[in-house]
Amino acid sequence: MIFSYDIIVVGGGHAGCEAAHIAAVMGAKTLLVTMDMTKLAQMSCNPAMGGIAKGQIVREIDALGGSSGIITDRSMIQFRMLNRSKGPAMWSPRAQCDRMLFSREWRKLLEQTENLAIWQEEASGIIIEDGVVKGVTTTFGTELRADAVILTNGTFLNGLMHVGFKTMSGGRSGDPASRGLSEQLRELGFEVERLKTGTSARVDGRSVDFSAMTEQKGDDDGRCFSYLHDRVDIKDQRSCYITHTNEKAHGILREGLKFSPLYTGRIKGRGPRYCPSVEDKIVTFADKEAHQLFLEPEGWETNEYYINGFASSLKLETQISALREIKGLENVIIYRPGYAIEYDFFQPTQLKHSLETKRVGGLFFAGQINGTTGYEEAAAQGLVAGINAVQKVRGKDPFILKRDEAYIGVLIDDLVTKGIDEPYRMFTSRAEYRILLRQDNADERLSPMAVELGTAEPGRIERLVEKYRMVDELMVFLKNCSISPEEINGFLKEKDTAEINQKIKAINIATRPQVSLEELLEQIGGSGKLSYAGSVRKTEIIEAAEIKIKYSGYLERERGIAEKIMRLEGLKIPEEINYEELASISTEGRQKLSKIKPDTIGQASRISGVSSSDVSILIMYLGR
Amino acid sequence: MNQVQKGKIICAPATSGGGAIALIRVSGQGAVETLSEIFQPADNQIDITKAKGYSLILGTISSHDEFIDQVLVSVFRAPHSYTGEEMVEISCHASPFIQHRIIEILIEKGVETAAPGEFTMRAFMNGKMDLSQAEAVADIIAADSEAAHRLAASQLRGGFSAGIEKLRHELVTFASLIELELDFSEEDVQFANRFAMTETVIKIKDMVDRLASSFRLGNAIRKGIPVVIAGRPNVGKSSLLNLLLQEERAIVSDIPGTTRDTIEEVLHLGGLLFRFIDTAGLREGGDEIEELGMERTRSKLRAAEVVLAVAEATDTDESIAALAASIGEITGNSGARLIVLVNKSDLITRKRIAELKRELKDICPCPALFVSASQSEGIEQVRKQLIASVETGKLDNPQYIVTNARHYEALKNVSDSLRRVLDGFRDGIPTVLIATDVRQSIYYLGQITGRITPDDILGEIFSKFCIGK
Repeated sequence: MIFSYDIIVVGGGHAGCEAAHIAAVMGAKTLLVTMDMTKLAQMSCNPAMGGIAKGQIVREIDALGGSSGIITDRSMIQFRMLNRSKGPAMWSPRAQCDRMLFSREWRKLLEQTENLAIWQEEASGIIIEDGVVKGVTTTFGTELRADAVILTNGTFLNGLMHVGFKTMSGGRSGDPASRGLSEQLRELGFEVERLKTGTSARVDGRSVDFSAMTEQKGDDDGRCFSYLHDRVDIKDQRSCYITHTNEKAHGILREGLKFSPLYTGRIKGRGPRYCPSVEDKIVTFADKEAHQLFLEPEGWETNEYYINGFASSLKLETQISALREIKGLENVIIYRPGYAIEYDFFQPTQLKHSLETKRVGGLFFAGQINGTTGYEEAAAQGLVAGINAVQKVRGKDPFILKRDEAYIGVLIDDLVTKGIDEPYRMFTSRAEYRILLRQDNADERLSPMAVELGTAEPGRIERLVEKYRMVDELMVFLKNCSISPEEINGFLKEKDTAEINQKIKAINIATRPQVSLEELLEQIGGSGKLSYAGSVRKTEIIEAAEIKIKYSGYLERERGIAEKIMRLEGLKIPEEINYEELASISTEGRQKLSKIKPDTIGQASRISGVSSSDVSILIMYLGR
Repeated sequence: MNQVQKGKIICAPATSGGGAIALIRVSGQGAVETLSEIFQPADNQIDITKAKGYSLILGTISSHDEFIDQVLVSVFRAPHSYTGEEMVEISCHASPFIQHRIIEILIEKGVETAAPGEFTMRAFMNGKMDLSQAEAVADIIAADSEAAHRLAASQLRGGFSAGIEKLRHELVTFASLIELELDFSEEDVQFANRFAMTETVIKIKDMVDRLASSFRLGNAIRKGIPVVIAGRPNVGKSSLLNLLLQEERAIVSDIPGTTRDTIEEVLHLGGLLFRFIDTAGLREGGDEIEELGMERTRSKLRAAEVVLAVAEATDTDESIAALAASIGEITGNSGARLIVLVNKSDLITRKRIAELKRELKDICPCPALFVSASQSEGIEQVRKQLIASVETGKLDNPQYIVTNARHYEALKNVSDSLRRVLDGFRDGIPTVLIATDVRQSIYYLGQITGRITPDDILGEIFSKFCIGK
């Protein structure tokens, strides 16, 4: 039998699910190959989506027609908007999810997606003909043919788990590793390296004294991730709980270091600095007396809790004894220990911005296989790889987001330009145009692109148009509405801001930092006739208008800088350039440029090891 | 570009006239090979094409059996040369004929003449120096005085970069505190309070402003410190100028292109270059043309580093003080130093001089010197006062003087961004907006120090704070 598809996606994690779904939505005949279809889109680490910078990514995925936001809205058990006091660009949605429900919702969605088939088996090889990918082979020897293949193998490639000195081959606790693919890719000339990450113990909630901990509740204003949803009200939101480690627990952990695979040199892969294991914390920050732990509920119908902040690969006994020194965990019973995992990844500098490999046409990589961490980062890459695989098969231009358009653009440009030396996670500080890339305007930034690509669901663009029509209407009203001192001075005095002595336009009062637009609108009559007032999206509309009013100066300035700097992105570097001939460029710069082959001067300027004088020389060379 | 890059270039001797020896430099791959065609080592055993870098070889240059000169050749091998390329330096006798002849025959052998600054350009292109160093080379070549040379030389050695490096470090540390609040607000770490942050920004901004304000002095040192001579018509301004210049006639030169109504002349004093600007007399009223001259005088006064206000010994103390005050009004807070010169001291008695000095001390805020242009008296004092009026003390720390306009612009922009950060703290605006100004300041400082990346900031955070709850 011949099995033939347009696109095959290998791996059913966050990247794989997004890739397969979007390719099928775009009309490509798509196959998702997974080792275990009961574990699609598993949350292998903590059961949460979003957070600072990551929440913005989920909103972007949603605006582009991806599904992570929709699935999160369907499976969340708590929602919080983080960083509310830090300014609009920092607002970051975050949800605790029911881990099992999240996976089930994904499976339901994929099973209902037209053009999409699922195959449960391990993919063990890639079929390559004339340097171009033609499909994959499975462990039972089935040949699955396609014009494009997306690998999203996560931590499964030669995964090796550690608990104390015990090691076990596997891609995740309870799942076997995947072998053969790495070796084949290495033979093809791909650079394969090792990374390490870790996860924490999960505990039985019945053994935890939550009354001894600080409770952290969710917000109750119905916010959500998907632009397709007006609001999502979670009934009986679950709480998270905060407690702290102490000197006694540190003593036990320190004692246990002699059996640490990390500190005895057994683990070779590099781990992330921003997500250290608890043993790392007590060693690197030895003078800190307590570290915060965050207990996250795993779902509606389970009493399992994830202990965020306690990632460890120490011996099981050490983990339990140390936990039992901690307030509220004195009698804790664990379901599963924390462990560290080492896995293969491919330096992402081997990729183009489309996430297609430079070496093999039609072969795409997405997710942790590229050295990233995080469900959101993985899902974003899956989405982009899925779209670009379809574009490739159809002979269309790749879909590439720029750094001033989306966090996803920053993410991919960082990966393919700089490569990584520790698992890569998104931070807002990585985005130079941070205040342009907000969670409130991802729809405005990206949904028009989704329409063009054919990934936007019915209704998406109509909702976008409706939103900004109401925002514009409100803005026009504020620009035209005159307010007299008698009407408003009482309110201004109450808000501790200067009173007015003649009539002024409402919009001028709205610019004041002390005045919230919502309260101002309550003060002035006449806005009730506007369509926002009766809309279920009222809050969303007021917020969008308020950001446009209050931060217009900053937004314009940032936009101006972005446009100036992005001009360098317009300076294309011809593909056939031979950097070895440019003797005047530093040796390191030459090597990096030859390896990464930047598309533009802008990209060249971001490569580490390429100095600004190297860039000047390149510009001079291209100018001649 | 490759052709130009690989081509051999030749540089005519930098100094023409004076000195017995001239230097001709050839840079580019094959420079030694080319020279070997016209150069015969005195020691027959030596093969110059095999000579190691830094060797010195005595020999003769000849062309078609025509003896041209006995020369000393220095060989440099890439990348250990000024340009980073293979280089030879030919020390020949400084006769214009010999120099031209050697260059002529080198050109016959395929060497090209260098465009202005091409050697330095190649050094820059080959990564032998950074941009600020390359600019310093241009300054050194143009340096007209000892102080200017000292400044440029220190910058070439990287002294300026070292001073700026400290600033960069402070700013990166501060930026990391701001970013910590944004990206890691959910973490269990101690955030710096606004008061401490404000203190830090003020400290950094002071450093930046000090550097930026040194540009005025640095620029003056490079181009000549502008000294404006002002006063009523016929008080003896021109004769004072002539007196100052006469003494130093040997090293005075005219700067071409000066305006008709203000005469500019330069003079070296105490290792500093002064640029004297004589002005039309200061007088109220007058016709339109005179008013035009007055406006020019005013603008010259505003650009002055030192103003010599010339009065007459027969004036009253009040009128002298009024002159000083009216000039002070024009110069405003430009930072110009004012020196009152009371000319024609020979017209009054010593007793009257002492009396006037005493009176002026009380009502005139600047030093007053008594001179007599006609008797050539008191001029030495004026010279001393001129030198003292320039804060040469700053020159002992030359990395803190900015001479480069590009650096000055960047520092001004850093300072402006930091001022907005302070405003933001004062107004309590959201941190993410303050951060945009912090990023701006980092961007501008990066124009001097080389790029500062988000990885630099994140690295600082991860090294200082325990991230990962």
